[in-house]
Parts: sequence; C-alpha cells; structure tokens
Amino acid sequence: MSEIRSELKYLSSHEWARVEADGTVTIGITDHAQDSLGDVVYVETPEVGGQVTAGEEAGVVESVKAASDIYSLVSGEVVAVNEALEDEPETVNASPYDDGWFFKVKPTDLSELDAALDADGYRAVAEADG
Amino acid sequence: MGNKTALYAKHQEMGGKIVDFGGWDMPLNYGSQVEEHHKVRCEAGMFDVSHMTIVDITGERAKAFLQYLLANDVEKICGLKGKALYSGMLTQDGGVIDDLIVYNMEGWFRTVVNCATREKDLAWMNQQAEPFGVSLTERQDLSIVAVQGPKAIDKVKTVVSADKAAAVAELKVFQGAAVGEWFLARTGYTGEDGLEVMVPNTEVAAFWQALADAGVAPCGLAARDTLRLEAGMNLYGNDMDETVSPLAANMGWTIAWEPADRDFIGRQALEADKAAGQKEKLVGLVMEAKGVLRAHQKVILADTGLTGEITSGTFSPTLGYSIALARVPVEIGDTCLVEMRNKQVPVKVVKPSFVRMGKPVV
Repeated sequence: MSEIRSELKYLSSHEWARVEADGTVTIGITDHAQDSLGDVVYVETPEVGGQVTAGEEAGVVESVKAASDIYSLVSGEVVAVNEALEDEPETVNASPYDDGWFFKVKPTDLSELDAALDADGYRAVAEADG
Repeated sequence: MGNKTALYAKHQEMGGKIVDFGGWDMPLNYGSQVEEHHKVRCEAGMFDVSHMTIVDITGERAKAFLQYLLANDVEKICGLKGKALYSGMLTQDGGVIDDLIVYNMEGWFRTVVNCATREKDLAWMNQQAEPFGVSLTERQDLSIVAVQGPKAIDKVKTVVSADKAAAVAELKVFQGAAVGEWFLARTGYTGEDGLEVMVPNTEVAAFWQALADAGVAPCGLAARDTLRLEAGMNLYGNDMDETVSPLAANMGWTIAWEPADRDFIGRQALEADKAAGQKEKLVGLVMEAKGVLRAHQKVILADTGLTGEITSGTFSPTLGYSIALARVPVEIGDTCLVEMRNKQVPVKVVKPSFVRMGKPVV
C-alpha cells in the first residue's frame, strides 16, 4: 500500500499540494505515482517567475518507462523549483513527499484547493488505479 | 493470470513487481531497475528467463535440417562440443520469423527461441522438419537462469556441485556444457560475461536461492531491456519481425552466404535483396539532451526530409542519457532529428553498440 499523507490535497492525476506556513504551496507527485512510474530519470520544472494555472500542465516527469505531465493544483507565480532533481532525479522515488518536491507557487487564490481531493478521496483513486 | 515459471514464488518472496509478458507473469523489477542494471555491469545479477522456449532436435538428419532452416550455418559449430551459434530463422520471403541460439550437443542440437513467438516457431519448425524425419522436443521440464556480470561465473562456481564448477571453468565464450540434466552455457543478453543455465524445474528454486545468498542480485525484465539495448542486441518484435529483412536489422553478419550451394529458407529472397541494394539499415542513436527516445518515434534526415523510425529506445543507466536503435534510410549521416512531444530534437547517429564489457563505446 503506497503512502498517502492526511494533511495534503491531491489531484486524481497523482499530484499532491502542501500549504506552507508562509502561504506558498509546494507541489509534487505521490508515492503511488513514483511507484507506477519506476526509476525517474528526468524532471522538467516550470521557470521560476513564470505562471502556472490550476488544472493545467506545469512540468514533466520522465521515467525509463514513460513520460508524464505534471499538473498544478493552484494558479500563481512559481517562486522556487527543486534544482536538486536535475542531478538526482531518483530523489522523487526515494522521497516523493519531502526531498522530491517539484516546485512552489505563490497562490493567487488558495480556495482553488477546495476543488482538490483530500487523502481519503485520493486513496480511492490510488486503489482503483491498481 | 498467466503462465508461471518454477521461480514465481521466489519472485514474490523477493519483492518482484509482477507484470504480464507474452502471457507469463514475470518480474519487471524488484525495486530500482537502474540499480539492478548497475549491479549486472559491476558485479553480478540474475534473471529468470524460463519463459523462453527450449527445443531439442534429434535424428540422423538434424544437422541437414538446421542447415536448411537457419540463415546461419550450424557447420560453424560442429567442430566444438557445446559451441553456440546465433542465427535468424527466415520466411521464404526473407523476413525474420525469430532470432535464436542453437547449441551443438554433439549428435543432436538444442535451440532456444523467444517466448512470444513460441507457438509460431514450433508450428513452423515442425512443418519444415517433416521431410527430414527429425524429432523436435520442447523441454518444459527445464528452467533457465541467466547469471550475468564480471563476477557472475565465479558466483555460479561457488554454489554448484564440483563437477559443474569444473565444467564451467573450461567453457570458452559462446560454448556450453551438459552436466547431468543441467546445461551451462557461456552466453547472454547483456553484453557482460556470464552464463545461461538450464536447470530442471525441481532444482531451480534452490539454485536461485543459493545465488541470492551468495550476493547475486535478482534482476527483472526492465533491467534486461536496458542492458541488451546498451549492448546493441536486437529484441524480436521491436527491432525486426517478419516484414523486415535481416539486412535491415543489423543481422547481416549472421547470414552464412558460403558455401554458395547451401540452400536455406529465405536465401533467394535475401540474394535478390542484396543485389537490389539496401534502402534501410538499423543504426544507433544517442541523445545527450534531456528526455528518453522511445520506439515508434519518427526519425527525420534534416537535409533530405527522408524519414525512419525508432525500433527500440530507452534511458541508458551506464551512459546516463538516452539511446535507441532505429531503422533509417541508408543515406543517413552523423546526425538526424527525432520527433518527440511536438519538438524535433537533434541526436547523434552511431553504430548500433553503446557499451562493451561495462565500458561506453560512444
């Protein structure tokens, strides 16, 4: 059974979002996603200073097996990206919720997260995905 | 719910992620496929390849039969007991039915053909065998474990009986030895030294466990694919099939044209092919930019606009970037473009071989 953290919000496309103390939102992919993908070899993050939109593609994660688009859960300006993933993409597999984060957004409207899944909602998605 | 090898319980025990492969439930990896790949290149890894098909050929005219059936000539291996030969098996039109290895068992022959082509191959071989009066026996009682890597042979020697260890110590590359019901061959699909060991189903789980206890890493199909592609080895179904000539699949070196009077299935078509001149060939591609080359991506020759197609692509753990095999027009130069995700990415064209004995050759 893959790990699902109760305090996070999720998309059915297997991204998670965490609201930080400073109001920014950190986004990454779930344990279930990294397990399905297998060994991650490349990560494409959005540009710092660029804009992302809730529900739209913000980056790409590529494993030996397949490439997958990453969707943002919130709209806003990208304030940071995880540069460590450039040289160590396998961090996504080892630590999908912590060291393997993809990018951080200064959200224009936090209530966009209300539309996302909570942990139980995502659990149902992950289980159905096999 | 597919076929299971005699090692299925071991795969589950060792954390194998089971997937369907040609109707068999096989381990894709036991964790990180990249780590398994490195283990093989640096030390030793083992693969359950029992889903492949062993066909023994006996009878007075076994050699004559194989000289007709196969594009390579078994005469080449008749001078040394246990010697192995890699060959294509062609249609009358010169397309590839399968690729296989045949062993000289001295007095008879053993072939190992692919898993996905099993039914087709057996039907074809049996049909072609009729006029020769030979017997074809599929050996479902035998499992196959491939142990590969610079330490592989040493590891196998430490876990098998003394007589098997002694036989292994004498093996030349591409040669096997029968010891009791076992057959140990110095062959493989990774580009490393190592063995492919045929073991009775009743004994294979103990052999696998002994190897694991000796530090050999269990490795799955995913690592098998990155290893073979780095070694420039074809995968039937991807790099060639019945619509493809061996001459367009980097298999020209496996055709024994001499002696000129050896008739083999597909010879006439191949000779016509050769005379007409090759239009396509299989090359290697290397992409140092981010991304992974994948089968079926379009290849474009920038100056002429001619196109080709990637037949196999992957990320190369040993090189640290992506590699591929592609069937392209013979006019291709040193570089070309690959269409991926709405972009045309420049890649380097190389000979279809990327890593040799653990070291990059590109």
